Amino acid sequence: MEIIFSERDRYLIAAPVGEIDHHTSLGIRQKIEKAFARSKARNLIFDFSRVEFMDSSGIGILIGRYRELSKLGGKVYAINISGEIGRIFGVSGLARIIPCYASVEDVLQNAEGQ
Amino acid sequence: MDNDKHMLNNEMQLSFRAISANESFARTVAAAFVTGLNPTISEIMEIKTAVSEAVTNAIIHGYENKGLDEFVHLNCRLNGRELYIEVVDNGIGIQDIAQAMEPLYTSKPEQERSGMGFAVMENFMDYIHVTSAPGQGTTVVMMKKLPE
Repeated sequence: MEIIFSERDRYLIAAPVGEIDHHTSLGIRQKIEKAFARSKARNLIFDFSRVEFMDSSGIGILIGRYRELSKLGGKVYAINISGEIGRIFGVSGLARIIPCYASVEDVLQNAEGQ
Repeated sequence: MDNDKHMLNNEMQLSFRAISANESFARTVAAAFVTGLNPTISEIMEIKTAVSEAVTNAIIHGYENKGLDEFVHLNCRLNGRELYIEVVDNGIGIQDIAQAMEPLYTSKPEQERSGMGFAVMENFMDYIHVTSAPGQGTTVVMMKKLPE
């Protein structure tokens, strides 16, 4: 599965393209881990703008990255969440540990303000 | 008119190998089955997500990811505008169904499973019932009303 990566300041932005389920989740996890290791980033922004489907496998990926980055003092954010993916965030309580914003700019502004 | 009537009393059965590549196939088939009822995009996504959760459970837990020669069965039935979905496996079964359905409970944390599968199914469908016993496989029945 394709993931579009970009970097800004100390943030790695990962935008998976397509469907996130059990079948695609291991590949997504490995690609993000690899890109993160190669980058200078400390934090991860998960961009959902190109995600067409996500089931609870996506929650597992996000919690996994949250745990790993927390150990290193980094944070995980989510952007461009809508519809049923937003409801999965709500049902799972994910929104309580992974802040959701509209855009990369919103994340940066908020992080600077902290 | 007759065609419409038949559409509202329709049924399909699908059996596929218990491999993860079929998760997408199964949820797409379930969504396609109700297309004639003009569901909303939201309803389609809810059905796809619930089916994906149940089928993934069958593959990961029922067959413990070793289901290359095993099959998952997806049965869909329309009773008027009530959609009944049954996901059946002949895998290892569940010892404690209440515990398995508890939010955040997972027997496979090392695989980064969230333990939210049943909570998502409950949230996206109107009814869910799980029948299972060790060695007896698992059957998940879900119902969703599709208002006109």
